[in-house]
Amino acid sequence: MYGKKVKLRFLFLVLLLCSIILTVFLVLQSLKENVVYFQSPSEIKNLTKLDKKKLRIGGMVKKQSININSNEVNFIITDFKSEIMVTYSGAVPNLFEEGKGVVAEGFLKDRNYFLATKILAKHDENYMPPEVKDALGDK
Amino acid sequence: MLASQIGFFSLVLGLGLSFLLSFIAIINFNDNKKSFDNNILSLSFFQLFFVIISFLGLVVSFINSDFSNETVFNNSHTTKPLFYKISGTWGNHEGSLLLWLLVLTLFIFLFLIKSKEQPKKYRILTLLFQQVIIIGFFLFLLKTSNPFNYLFPFPREGLGLNPILQDPILAIHPPILYLGYVGSSIIFSAALSAVTQNYITKDWAQHIKKWILISWIFLTLGIMLGSIWAYYELGWGGFWFWDPVENVSLMPWLTLTALLHCILVLEKKVALTSWIVILAITTFTLSMCGTFLVRSGILNSVHTFANDPERGIFILIFLFILIFLSLGIFFLFHKEKNQNQIFWLSKETSILVNNWFMMYFLSVILIGTTYPIFLDVISAEKISVGPPFYHKLISPFLAPFLLGMVFGPKLRWLKSKIENKISLIILFVISIFLTIIILKNLTTDLLFYTILISAAFFLFFSTTKELFFQKLNNISQTIAHFGFSLLILSILFNSILSSEIITNIKVGEKYNYNKIEIFFEKIEEKKESNFNSIIGYFKITSEDGKFVQLRPELRIYNQPKIITSEADIKTTLLEDKFLAMNIVKGNEYFNIRYQVKPFMLWIWISVILLSIGGIMSLLKKRI
Repeated sequence: MYGKKVKLRFLFLVLLLCSIILTVFLVLQSLKENVVYFQSPSEIKNLTKLDKKKLRIGGMVKKQSININSNEVNFIITDFKSEIMVTYSGAVPNLFEEGKGVVAEGFLKDRNYFLATKILAKHDENYMPPEVKDALGDK
Repeated sequence: MLASQIGFFSLVLGLGLSFLLSFIAIINFNDNKKSFDNNILSLSFFQLFFVIISFLGLVVSFINSDFSNETVFNNSHTTKPLFYKISGTWGNHEGSLLLWLLVLTLFIFLFLIKSKEQPKKYRILTLLFQQVIIIGFFLFLLKTSNPFNYLFPFPREGLGLNPILQDPILAIHPPILYLGYVGSSIIFSAALSAVTQNYITKDWAQHIKKWILISWIFLTLGIMLGSIWAYYELGWGGFWFWDPVENVSLMPWLTLTALLHCILVLEKKVALTSWIVILAITTFTLSMCGTFLVRSGILNSVHTFANDPERGIFILIFLFILIFLSLGIFFLFHKEKNQNQIFWLSKETSILVNNWFMMYFLSVILIGTTYPIFLDVISAEKISVGPPFYHKLISPFLAPFLLGMVFGPKLRWLKSKIENKISLIILFVISIFLTIIILKNLTTDLLFYTILISAAFFLFFSTTKELFFQKLNNISQTIAHFGFSLLILSILFNSILSSEIITNIKVGEKYNYNKIEIFFEKIEEKKESNFNSIIGYFKITSEDGKFVQLRPELRIYNQPKIITSEADIKTTLLEDKFLAMNIVKGNEYFNIRYQVKPFMLWIWISVILLSIGGIMSLLKKRI
């Protein structure tokens, strides 16, 4: 029969393989559930069906669109082709301003209305999220 | 002007010395003269000296606000306080790479001094490998990100440092983190050199362990500082966001921690040799990747700063060269010579199990961090992976990991039995009961948290017991493990018990929620040298009628024009009260976020305990 050493090696390999398969399975499974897609207002206008999943929308905050009351912030995200209304109740980041880039995370109510759960902060006034840059095209 | 010039030429001289050193080292490889050692040492000292001069040259340019230097122009401003002029030196890409280089040369110099009793060929080869890395960084610095670029005609005023970097903790965070990152370079070089010399032995383990510990301690503290900064500066009230930039610092920490434990095995018997070399290579590669990912602008991170993709390509190529070089050396030279005596119940096995978990955590984080990049390249789809992904995949495995930390250290080397079964069982039962009593009315996800928290309590009690009753022969390990259990407990209770109120409020208004009253008394404006600040006066009355006064601040910086919000935090032993305020232009409403965060202080304390464990292990005399 095989020696003890070979058996040990074999056992080790089986364990290794099992744990790799388990890891890959687990990771892929929860990636599927937890990934958040990014879209621009134009892409949302062109959606054929509305998903219930969490989304990120990026673009510019339209000039003079910010409207605040005691429990919400309303504003419009635009990519200069299409616009979408956003309602948000939560803390806004420091660099949230009219005419600046913004990324909002949340859920679509319909093609024109987005309920945000989070607005992402940026650290640098020159920095624009790559997605927003792409979404805005040449602008 | 002058300082920049001196800095630049010292940099070139340093690069020249790199080649000279490598050349001399190769020529004298088989030579055994004593004088040679001193030559190498003094040359290495001069290299360090030139890099220091170069670094000081940049610091002086920053202090003098010499805007003929492009780096200074981009990142400084005359009205900035002196402290931030100095810290601005490494608060930018070019300067931070110069700091990398400084630490690289510092470490090889210290290594040469400290390793005199090691075999000569091993030392020379370590020096050579380290010089390869150093040359790479010199070229990178001079070619793509020269900190001493000359601007003419020179501007009268600089662009200023990003205000959120103008912070005392962020002034020391990069140097500390880099000491950890770059410390792993010496482990990398030494491991490769030991492989070629067939020197992966118990002696080597004892000698390299110190370097691993040093790197580990700095990395731990560096990550903690970054986390503290994010907590009070970013105004979200969290300390860890699973953001890519944070993840890339955690990944080398995981491999380094795994390596630290494996080295303990190698100290006792020749085992796990290939694994140790692979871990050493991985740690340094991940540290390099960290720099690459953060600096290249590939990552879509909340922390990303505007930067230049060309640099990324250089680092990427350099990284691939290093990986191929190291793997090549590993496969060519490495000889497996493990003593194969494995018993299931032994310290070695438990350390192997620990590594298994570490690698799992690592792969989860690695995939979560890089998957969006790949998807973007392949399909141009933009996605992000959020905290739920990490929580879901990591937390279920924490409980067995913690249990392993209870039993592992109690086992002996080679072969052992579990002793003191009864006291362990008693502690286990106590942990479960305590958890259930505490959690009874707190959370909806009872089963999940009960398992996790009782495992953490179990480790907590068993290490506490050891601290008080056991002989103190392995106190460093006990303290580190105790710190870890405290960390997990604080994080868990913090996440369960935190509460938050977010609202928009005008001056003079009161806001009531769940018997908590927030009263916005007034605002006050102040002028500082480089910013104007708006201070909000808040009086917050909690359920029990006690009140605190919190004064969050908004700073409107003049150059660059950025608003930052400084949260006001009242810290007590049991909880933090956190209030951040934001303003939206053209509105009279202020957006405020009030949080009560229990055990925040203990998160930091436990990380400090972890590193104290490391420091004690470093200082321990061998008996």
